[in-house]
Amino acid sequence: MLRVALKGLASRRLRSVLTALAIVLGVALISGTYVLTDSINHAFASIFQTVYRGTAATVTGRSAIDASASGGTSGDVPSFSESLLPRVQRLPGVKDAIGGVQGSPQLIHDGKVISFGGAPSLGFSVDPSKPDLNSLDLVGGHWPGPSAVVIDSNTASKKHLHVGDEIGVQTRGPERMMRISGLVRLGSASSLGGATLAGFQLATAQGLFGKVGKLDDIRVSARPGVSPSQIVARIRPLLPRDAQVRTGAQEAAKSASATSSFTSFFKTFLLVFAGIALFVGAFVIANSLSITIAQRTREFATLRTLGASRRQVLRAILVESLMVGLLASVVGMLVGLGLAQGLFALFNALGLTLPTSGTIIEARTVIVSILVGVVVTMLASLRPALRATRVEPIAAVREGATLPEGRFARFRTVGAAITALLGTLLIVQGLFQAKGTGAVLSAIGFGAILVFIGVALLSARIVPTLAEWIGWPATKLGGAPGRLARENARRNPQRTASTAAALMIGLALVTLVAVLAAGITSNFRNSVNQLFTGDYAITAQNNFEPLPTAPAQAATRAAGVTAVGNVRAGEGRVFGATEQLTAVDPEIALVVSLKWKAGSQAVLRSLGPAGAFTDNGYASKHHLTIGSPVSVTTPTGRRIGLVIRGIFKPPSGGSPFGPITMSAATWDRSYQQPQNLYTLVRMSGGETAANQAALRHALQGFPNAKVQTRQKFIDNQISGLSKALNILYLLLALSIIVSLFGIVNTLVLSVFERTREIGMLRAVGTTRRQIRRMIRHESVITALIGSVIGIVLGLAFGALLAARVSAISFTIPVGRVIIFLIATWIVGLVAAIFPARRAARLDPLRALSYE
Amino acid sequence: MSEVVTPTEQATVIAASEVSRRFGQGDTAVMALRDVSAGIERGRLTAVMGPSGSGKSTLMHILAGLDRPTSGTVTLGEIEITHLNDDQLTRLRRDHIGFVFQFFNLLPMLDARENILLPMQIAGRDPDPGWLDEVIDETGLRGRLSHRPSELSGGQQQRVAIARALLSKPTVLFADEPTGNLDSAASDEILALLRHSVDSVGQTVVMVTHDPRAAAVADRILFLADGVIVKDMPHAGEDTIVDAIKSLQ
Ligand SMILES: Nc1ncnc2c1ncn2[C@@H]1O[C@H](COP(=O)(O)OP(=O)(O)OP(=O)(O)O)[C@@H](O)[C@H]1O
Ligand SMILES: [Mg+2]
Repeated sequence: MLRVALKGLASRRLRSVLTALAIVLGVALISGTYVLTDSINHAFASIFQTVYRGTAATVTGRSAIDASASGGTSGDVPSFSESLLPRVQRLPGVKDAIGGVQGSPQLIHDGKVISFGGAPSLGFSVDPSKPDLNSLDLVGGHWPGPSAVVIDSNTASKKHLHVGDEIGVQTRGPERMMRISGLVRLGSASSLGGATLAGFQLATAQGLFGKVGKLDDIRVSARPGVSPSQIVARIRPLLPRDAQVRTGAQEAAKSASATSSFTSFFKTFLLVFAGIALFVGAFVIANSLSITIAQRTREFATLRTLGASRRQVLRAILVESLMVGLLASVVGMLVGLGLAQGLFALFNALGLTLPTSGTIIEARTVIVSILVGVVVTMLASLRPALRATRVEPIAAVREGATLPEGRFARFRTVGAAITALLGTLLIVQGLFQAKGTGAVLSAIGFGAILVFIGVALLSARIVPTLAEWIGWPATKLGGAPGRLARENARRNPQRTASTAAALMIGLALVTLVAVLAAGITSNFRNSVNQLFTGDYAITAQNNFEPLPTAPAQAATRAAGVTAVGNVRAGEGRVFGATEQLTAVDPEIALVVSLKWKAGSQAVLRSLGPAGAFTDNGYASKHHLTIGSPVSVTTPTGRRIGLVIRGIFKPPSGGSPFGPITMSAATWDRSYQQPQNLYTLVRMSGGETAANQAALRHALQGFPNAKVQTRQKFIDNQISGLSKALNILYLLLALSIIVSLFGIVNTLVLSVFERTREIGMLRAVGTTRRQIRRMIRHESVITALIGSVIGIVLGLAFGALLAARVSAISFTIPVGRVIIFLIATWIVGLVAAIFPARRAARLDPLRALSYE
Repeated sequence: MSEVVTPTEQATVIAASEVSRRFGQGDTAVMALRDVSAGIERGRLTAVMGPSGSGKSTLMHILAGLDRPTSGTVTLGEIEITHLNDDQLTRLRRDHIGFVFQFFNLLPMLDARENILLPMQIAGRDPDPGWLDEVIDETGLRGRLSHRPSELSGGQQQRVAIARALLSKPTVLFADEPTGNLDSAASDEILALLRHSVDSVGQTVVMVTHDPRAAAVADRILFLADGVIVKDMPHAGEDTIVDAIKSLQ
C-alpha cells in the first residue's frame, strides 16, 4: 500500500507539486523569520560580548521607577555623580576603572543631520588611555583629543568623510564643528541598523550631553586572579541609591536582551502572518485534495475490492500528504533562508544595515518549519482522506461513481452557520468583554478562524447566485466561452466556494486593514485639526525623536511668533504604574484647544508648580476629581506632589498628552534632561511664507529641528502609520499569492477532469483561443467571488472593531475596495495563464479517446 | 415461471436464499432481483446469462458481498455474508474472493508484476513463489511484467487482472463481462484461461456474460430474466445456448 501511495504521488507529479506550493510560502515565512531574528540576535549578542570583553564589572544608573531600564541616551535612566569613580578605582582587585557618559549627538554634514532611514544617533565617551574598556573599537586614525570626534566607519564611508575632515556635532546647544580624529565601530559591528556612532573624550562628552560632574557608567577591569563577582561584591557597598552594578557578562547579556525583546516582538508579528499564509494554504490543500480524491474514486474502490481496509486507504492518503507536506516544508525552509537574506539586503538598501555575524540556522528553525508544514498539510488532508475511506468497493464497477457525501453532509449548512455564528460571538466577546491583551487577541484570532471556516462552507450556497451576477459581464463580452465559464463556475459550487475561500481570507484581512487605516487617519486628522489651533509645529527630522529644549527657545525669538507651546515627555511612576507623562508651557493654551469636562482652558495657563490635568478616561479609572492629589515619581527617585486642576475630554483620535500633565517648569526641576516631543507655534498673520521663513531662520542652528505647517505635521505623523500599513499589505499579499496557487490548482484539476469535454468542444469547432478565454473567465469569476465575499467580511470585521475602539471611525474605503477588485481580476487572469494553456493544448482526438 | 433450482451433488460454495434487491423507493423502485435462490458449486465454472437489465450484475455483486440484498441471505461456506460489517467483509475479500472486471481496473501507476502482487501486499502476505511462477506462465505475461497497463493491450491487461485474482487462490473468482471489452481473439484467450484455472486447480469461477460463446465454456449456465432465474442448464454448445436464449424471449 505504501508503494501504491508513493507511485501514485510520482504519477501525479504536477498536481502534487501544485498542492505543495500552497504550503511552501507559509513555511518559508516561518523559517525566514527565525533565521532573520536569530541572526540579528546573534549579531547583537556578539557585539556586546566584544564591547564588554575586557570588563569585569559595570556600574550603571538605576531608574527609581523602572529597574529594567538601561542606557544613558533615553533620559529615562538617571546619571550618577562622578565622585563614585575614584572610590571604585581605589578598591583592591580593581586594575582600571573608567567613567563614561552616553547621549544622542546629531552629526551634521553640509548643514544636514546625518541619518540613515530614521535610525538613531548614539554618542559615547571614550578613554584614549584605556582602549580595552571602551565601547568603541578604533579601526582607523586616532582616539579624539578634547575637541575632536571619532565616528563610525560606516557613516564615514557613506558620507565620504575622512580622518581630518570637520563635522558638525549638536546636542543640547548650538552646533559645534569638530575634527574627525579616527574611525570606530561598536564591538565587532560596522553598522547597527543605520545608527550613527560618535565618540568623545569624557569631559567633552559630559559637556555636550549636559552631564558635567555625572556619569552614566563606570567600566571596571580586574587584576589577575580576581573574579568579576568579587569585584561586584566589593563595589556594591559603595553604590548610591541611583546606581547599580553588574558583571561585564551580565551587562552584555542585558544589552543584548534589549535587542532580542524587540526582535521577539518582530518575530511574533511575522509569525502571525506566516500563520495566516498557512491557514490559507490549508484551505488550498484541502480543496486540491478533495478534487483529486474525487477523481480517484474508482481507484480507491478497486483497492477495496482487492481487500484493502478503510484504514489502509486512509493510511495511503495520509502517507501521500505526509510526503507532500515534507517536500513542501523542506523546500519552504530553504526558501526561507533566501527570504532572510533578501530581507537583510532590503534593510541594507533602506540604509538600515543590520549587523551580521553570519546566517544563524538553529535546529529549532528546521524542526518548527518542517513540523508545522507537515502538521498543517496532514490536518488539511484529514477530511478529504476520511471521505475517501467512505468509497464503497462497488464503486469499482459502477459507471460514473462519485465520492459519497461525508457522514455529516446534511448538517453542513447548519454546522457552517453555527460555526460562523460562534466565531462572530467569540470576536464580539473578545472585543467587548475579554480582559487582558492575550485573552482579547486569542478570542479575536480564534473567532476569525471559525468565521472564515463557517463562511467558506456556507458560501457554496451563494456561489451559484454570485457566479450568475459576477459572470454576467463574461456572458455578454465573452460569448459562448463566457457562458460556458459561468456554468463551469456554478456546476460544482462546493469546489468553486472552497477555491474562492482561500482568496476570501486574504481579501477580508486586506480590507480590514484598509478600513482601519481609513478610520484611524481620518479620525487623527479631525482630532489634530480640532486640537491644534497654532500655525506651525516643530519636531525632529524623523518625526518621533524628542528634541532638546534649545530649538524651541530659539523659535521664540523669531519675528512674528506670538506663542510657543512645548510638550515635554518622559517616564514617571503614577499609581504604581510606569507611564509616559507630559508637561506643558503656559503658552500651550494659545496653540492647543481642549474640551473640558472639569476646569477650563485657563487651567493650561495656570498650572503653577503643583497643578496637573488629566483626561476623563484616566480620571474615572483612578477616581480623580478637581483637587485630587497625585504623586509622580521620576526615574531619579524624586517625588512630585501634584493636584488635579482640570479634566479634559480627549478627541476620538487619541490624546496628545500622557495620563498626567504638569507644568514644564515643574518638570524641568525634577527631570535631568528635559526634552520636547513637539513644539507648537502661533504666529501673527498665521500660515504665511514669510512666517515660515522667519521660523526656519530662527532654527537655522538646529538642523535636526523641522518646521512644519499644520497640514504637513499631520501628514508626517500619519506617514509612520502608512509605512506600517504598507508592511501589512505586503505580508498579506503572501496569503493572496497562496490563494492564487489554489486557483491555479483547481483549474488544472478541472481541466484534467474535463479532458473529454474540452476535446468535444474542440471537435465541434471551438478554437484554442476560445478554450483559453473560457478558462480565463472561469478563473476571474472564481477570484471575484472570493474577493466579494472577503471584502464584505472585511468590512464587517472593520465595523465591529470601529464599534469598540473609539480611535477608529468606520468608513468604507471605496478607493481601496476598487483597487482590490481590480487586483483580484488580475489575480484571476494570472492564475488562468498556465491552466488555460494546458487546456488549449489538449489534442481533440486524444482528449476524446481518453478513458 | 420460476423454476426451482435443485442442488447437485457438488458441494455448494456460495448459496443465495430468497434474495431480493430493490433499487430506489416508491414509484421509481426497480426490483433487480426477486426471491432468487441459487447455489454456486465448488470447482466449476458457472455462467450467468440474461438480457440487459435482467439483474446479472446485481446477483453477482450480492454473491460477492459488494452489495447487500434487500431481503434474503447469502452464505459462503459456513459464513453468512449478508450481515458482515466492513472489516469482516474486507477479510472475506482477502481470503475468499477474487474479481475480474469488464474494464480491468488495474492501477495505472503500477507495472504488471506490481498489479499482480497488489492483493497479497494489501493483505500483508507473501505469495507462494511456485504458484506465482505458474500463474505468470499460464497467463503468458512473463515478458510483460515490467510494463505499465497503458503499455499493454486490452487482452494483456485482462490477463494481468486474472493473474491478480488467481494468485491468492480465492474460494470464488467473480468475473463480470470479462470479455465485454475485447475482440474475439483476445476473448478466446481469456475464456481459455478461466477454463484452465477450473480444470487444473479446481478454481471456482462465476462469470456474468451475455455472449453465448463465452457461456459455452461454462459447466453450468444460469439464465436470468427480470430478476428471476428462469433456466439452469448444464454445459452446452454455443448453438444450444443461442436457442435457449431465443426460447426465453
Ligand atoms: N445502483 C442502482 N441504482 C438503481 N438501479 C439500479 C442500480 N443498479 C442496477 N439497477 C437496476 O437494476 C436492474 C438490474 O441491473 P443489473 O446491472 O444487475 O443488470 P444486468 O443484467 O447486469 O444488465 P447489463 O447486461 O446491462 O449489465 C436494472 O433495471 C438496473 O437499472
Ligand atoms: Mg451488468
